Amino acid sequence: MSGVLETLDLTMRFGGVQALDRVNFTLHERELRCLIGPNGAGKSTFFKCITGQYRLGHDNGRVLIRGTEVTGASTLEIVRMGVGVKTQVPAVMNGMTVHENLWLAARRLHGWAGSNGVVDEILDELQLGALARSLVGELAHGQRQMVEVGVVLVQRPWLVLLDEPAAGMTGPEVERLAGVIRSINQSASLIVVDHDMEFVRMLGSNVTVFHQGAVLVEGPPAKVLNDPRVREVYIGNRAAA
Amino acid sequence: MNEWRATGSMQWGWFLLALALLVLLPLGFDTHTMSLLLIWALFAMSLGLLWGYAGLLSFGHAAWFGLGAYTYAIAAVNIGESTVPLLLAILVPAAGAAIVGAMMFYGRISDVYMGVITLVVTLILFNFMSATAGDAYRIGDARLGGFNGIPGFPILNVPGMPEVSLFGVPMYYVCVAALLGCYLLARWLLARSFGRILVGIRENEARCELMGYNVPACKTAVFAISAAMAGLAGCLFANWAEIVTPGVFSLRQTAEVIIWVLVGGLGTLLGPVLGAMALGAVKLYLGEQTVIDNSLVLGLLLIFVVLGMRRGALPTLQGWWDSRRRRLSLAQGARRRLGASSEPTA
Repeated sequence: MSGVLETLDLTMRFGGVQALDRVNFTLHERELRCLIGPNGAGKSTFFKCITGQYRLGHDNGRVLIRGTEVTGASTLEIVRMGVGVKTQVPAVMNGMTVHENLWLAARRLHGWAGSNGVVDEILDELQLGALARSLVGELAHGQRQMVEVGVVLVQRPWLVLLDEPAAGMTGPEVERLAGVIRSINQSASLIVVDHDMEFVRMLGSNVTVFHQGAVLVEGPPAKVLNDPRVREVYIGNRAAA
Repeated sequence: MNEWRATGSMQWGWFLLALALLVLLPLGFDTHTMSLLLIWALFAMSLGLLWGYAGLLSFGHAAWFGLGAYTYAIAAVNIGESTVPLLLAILVPAAGAAIVGAMMFYGRISDVYMGVITLVVTLILFNFMSATAGDAYRIGDARLGGFNGIPGFPILNVPGMPEVSLFGVPMYYVCVAALLGCYLLARWLLARSFGRILVGIRENEARCELMGYNVPACKTAVFAISAAMAGLAGCLFANWAEIVTPGVFSLRQTAEVIIWVLVGGLGTLLGPVLGAMALGAVKLYLGEQTVIDNSLVLGLLLIFVVLGMRRGALPTLQGWWDSRRRRLSLAQGARRRLGASSEPTA
């Protein structure tokens, strides 16, 4: 048991659908891992199980974060361990400004006075300074995605879980996000769930492919993307191009 | 960035103007009616804090108003001196709301279900209190009195001096102090981290939890604080009316306060205050005549506000005032630039 995050026989069933089927997964210290797979492969279910959004029982297998059992733990308990979570649909406060969003995220850890400095630092890093006083609800989808990444980063997490962070972003925004993720990876372990193969290639990290609720194959992107099973279930002819 | 757009800020100029008006009002107006309007304003502000800032709509806010009124009356009959009954009238609704709130919020009940539960609590209290006519229904020396309620309890007195009762103008100033005290408390809370977390919960509860905030605890706390303010309003109402009946838990009471807040404006503290005072005054005025039905006029006013001023009166007026100022400053800037460019150059 040496991983930052481990799942042992993680299983989830919704009625007659086997969403996760005995998934054994390990993420190591300072590792960046991409999770890919076709729709309905179980990526988001896996993500929700490890972040406490689906409460697990004894028959759902086990989840360990830095060796601590978090099976059945709530999202709040998991987040308070130092885990940063970005959800699939941007979960931001639309009626508040970008600065207010980040400040609220920072305040719990950095206090009233210390938060402004941390927020300014992250705004610079994500090039969001010009939007600091804009209402989040008035921003483009890609910008809101970036704000949510900022909300995660100001909490200085050591384990970052990002669900489809590049969805709806423009090309330059995706490139900038890839740079930000690599930069986060200098000090934290990450799991990135995404559909965008270019983005996954850009990150250049190890990839885990989900299929029918189970891990199909794991490894470096070049090996995984050329695997005939992966091409068959997910990538198809696009990989060969 | 110390001031938050989302929580608003203390407008000291307006506050001092309102304070001066309220202090001087007894010189020219009937303080008895004004006291009632201030009590309703406090009641509306308590719901405005809960609904406008934390996004929690209680359909049964009258439960805490009525509980405050009954607690005061029962305690005053048993104790006599009004200081402890007044404190109990604040604490009992707060404790009741903390229990109901904890059950709802830790049980992940929200939105429409919360509305239903709070409404049911109010209806239970209304029906229970209406059915307490027998002699068996008494707490200490206080008979609950069923539909006839509890009359003749000792009214507020100067703390420690039971022989000096507060009625008329002194009672009016007690109402002013209660409203201003609660307003300042609410403003102070909103300016702290707690207020910002509340607005965060209103905007996106899931994100607040992902930020590591204990959302159910914050919601329970604001529910209890709001109930304490409503309880204080109920206590003052009991002293104003000098009788408490199950009518304080009525559906009319619980619906009216929602309308006051909606018309005055959500997301502000002053909006509900102004909404309650304006609509309350209209209601009292209409109550004195028989030509037009009171409820019909209030209903039409509500339809007009919902269709014409979706954010409520005060936020709409603020928005209109801000855009007018922006337009004026833009026009002045353009005139200055035009003047500068038409000056002859050397």
